[in-house]
Amino acid sequence: MGFFGKLKEGLSKTRSGFVDRISNLVSGKREFDEDFFEELEEILVQGDVGVNTALELVDRLRDAVKEQKIKETERLYQVLEQSIVEMLGEDQPLNVGAKPSVIMVVGVNGAGKTTTIGKLAHQFKDQGKRVIIAAGDTFRAAAIDQLEVWANRVGTQIIKHQEGSDPAAVAFDAIQAARSRNADVVIIDTAGRLQNKTNLMKELQKVHRVINREDPAAPHEVLLVLDATTGQNAISQAKVFKEAVGVTGIALTKLDGTAKGGVVLGIANELKIPVKLIGVGEGVEDLRPFDAEEFARALFAREED
Amino acid sequence: MALFAGLAEKLQGTFQKLKGKGKLSEADVKKAMREVRLALLEADVNYKVVKDFVSKVQERAVGQEVLKSLTPAQQVIKIVNEELTNLMGGEQSKIKIASKPPTVIMLVGLQGAGKTTTAGKLANVLRKQGRRPLLVAGDIYRPAAIKQLQVLGEQLDLPVFSLGDKQSPVNIARAAVEHAKNHGNDMVIIDTAGRLHVDEELMQELSDIKENVEPDEILLVVDAMTGQDAVNVAQTFNEQLGLTGVILTKLDGDTRGGAALSVKAVTGCPIKYAGVGEKLDALEPFHPDRMAGRILGMGDVLSLIEKAQDSFDEEKAKQLEKKIRQQQFTLEDFLEQLQQMKSLGPMEEILSLLPGMGNVKQLKNLQVDEKELVRTEAIIQSMTPEERRRPEIINGSRKKRIAAGSGTRVQDVNKLLKQFNQAKKLMRQLAGDQSKLAKRMSKKRKKSGFGLPFFR
Ligand SMILES: Nc1nc2c(ncn2[C@@H]2O[C@H](COP(=O)(O)OP(=O)(O)OP(=O)(O)O)[C@@H](O)[C@H]2O)c(=O)[nH]1
Ligand SMILES: [Mg+2]
Repeated sequence: MGFFGKLKEGLSKTRSGFVDRISNLVSGKREFDEDFFEELEEILVQGDVGVNTALELVDRLRDAVKEQKIKETERLYQVLEQSIVEMLGEDQPLNVGAKPSVIMVVGVNGAGKTTTIGKLAHQFKDQGKRVIIAAGDTFRAAAIDQLEVWANRVGTQIIKHQEGSDPAAVAFDAIQAARSRNADVVIIDTAGRLQNKTNLMKELQKVHRVINREDPAAPHEVLLVLDATTGQNAISQAKVFKEAVGVTGIALTKLDGTAKGGVVLGIANELKIPVKLIGVGEGVEDLRPFDAEEFARALFAREED
Repeated sequence: MALFAGLAEKLQGTFQKLKGKGKLSEADVKKAMREVRLALLEADVNYKVVKDFVSKVQERAVGQEVLKSLTPAQQVIKIVNEELTNLMGGEQSKIKIASKPPTVIMLVGLQGAGKTTTAGKLANVLRKQGRRPLLVAGDIYRPAAIKQLQVLGEQLDLPVFSLGDKQSPVNIARAAVEHAKNHGNDMVIIDTAGRLHVDEELMQELSDIKENVEPDEILLVVDAMTGQDAVNVAQTFNEQLGLTGVILTKLDGDTRGGAALSVKAVTGCPIKYAGVGEKLDALEPFHPDRMAGRILGMGDVLSLIEKAQDSFDEEKAKQLEKKIRQQQFTLEDFLEQLQQMKSLGPMEEILSLLPGMGNVKQLKNLQVDEKELVRTEAIIQSMTPEERRRPEIINGSRKKRIAAGSGTRVQDVNKLLKQFNQAKKLMRQLAGDQSKLAKRMSKKRKKSGFGLPFFR
């Protein structure tokens, strides 16, 4: 199945899932009563939205039902979807107008940084852009080789140093190379790190500083890669990474599984970090722009739908 | 962001008015269970698991006599903690050994869970137990996954078996077991590619490996930060493969780790090990009781204490106690204590094991000043042995010399001397207590070594 087939199928699947599920909730002439709201909360929490955010959404809906005297299911989920979309904020494309645009990719271990870079590079190449990727994970075993495989797969240039070398130096070289080779985009991989490791966060800040010294407008994007399977700890990740390196957007990976990634709702709401990309598989094509409405519907989709 | 205050604290609040009440009424318990429920959900325990758990605890708690020694809040925490610990099961960090070697261990799980690193760590643990492990590169899909395992093998100086990425994982596994037999490897650890539990084709591949090499252990590797989906993942892997155990990774983060409970609840499998760092020796036996405390937000205080204990020599503790009793506690001992505290690892990391401390802002307020530790060390090192033993001889000119030698100011020296005197007093009190210092060191619950005035 082609790219669009896959996407369309996914969309219609989630759309009917959403409607069905809400209809199920209210079927049998059920009122929008406390049980209903409790079940709604349950669905949200099971999508990793988090209790606090889930309660906030349910409260909003409860108020809306009362104020607008909502009776029909159709109207109810319109309101719900709208609340979720509002929380997520406006969809925002990547900021890649500058030349070269520098994208720094950060996140905890195993979130999907390197893979996302591979896919992203592929996307830019498809748009006719000249891309350089930088092997800034000089720590993890074979991380450089991993990125190199992607560079070959996609057909982009790669800047790399030895394992164990200074990641800031790799970033520096990559920007230099981008200038001299007239590249449009530089994407910088970094080693995965847990946000409570102060030393590693400082190392990341140094990379950021070096990039910024080279080009005061850079990095143009700092993408935090979040694994959709992650629970509430993602909030702490977003918060700490934002404080450290000014995250400008989230790439939410592994949405091809059964996890919903609902935690980004709380992140968007509290930290105002928009989700910009989603990962839906391990192939080069499996990266999409984030679509808040689609995401809202998917929260209520079930596997068997 | 609403920072989750420890459950203990919240319950304390809920029960403030109930002091001295004889029995836990249904209403009291319900109120408390609301907090428990929220705590568990915030910790990412699966919704359904929480529901079951809460109703079970509620049943048990209602009508219970509140023990004389406890407040109602403590009583509820006690019950919750007991039930949680029960659910988590006892400690089981043993790998089942095949009667006829080699023992075959298969690591499975989602992408990015940490299987490859865990394979290396596990091999390292087993070697320390006198085994001869063979690592098997069974991830033929992810770019450079084979290379990653090979690098780990090199770092560990352990053999890695690979047939490249053109052979099927089933063939690789089978050939690896043969290889182990012929080369005297009594343990075979098979790394497999990460996969989604809903990927039927790849799940079938795992079943095929299982059928072909009949592993003694099939361990699910789970990221401790996993949210609600942990139950789906664990359940599917278990149904398909019949798991024998779980390894929880990335527990060195600040996640509450509710996934541990979810996974245990749906599979019934013991969590055998926990990954606590990126280094290859960072795999520990899993302690269910401590995990219960961590999930509840009561902090992994026990882990912390054990860490402190490891680096605190019992013998030295006794000597120290004697010195304190005889009022001979010197700046030299003080320095040694400092160095011990430092060897526990970065203070922030240790503190982040405590509930609420993972939050950076909070940390800033309560931070142990590492810079100050370093400064203190420098100051003491600039003293003569005589000065360290008898700080009372340190007069003005000596202070100036010490400050110059350590690159600090006279105020800093003064401050240190004051701190030292406070510490001395504190330690005297500790030693004067019924429970002697040495006893406290061996007793897990006491925060020995942390009584020093380095918390701002
Ligand atoms: N199913 C699925 N798997 C993904 C997706 N994105 C990444 N992965 C897989 O997740 C695993 C980890 O991805 P990496 O790109 O190596 O993650 P990383 O963040 O670079 O990891 P470290 O550098 O080790 O911290 C790999 O097996 C990827 O193939 C996705 O959207 N869906
Ligand atoms: Mg990587």
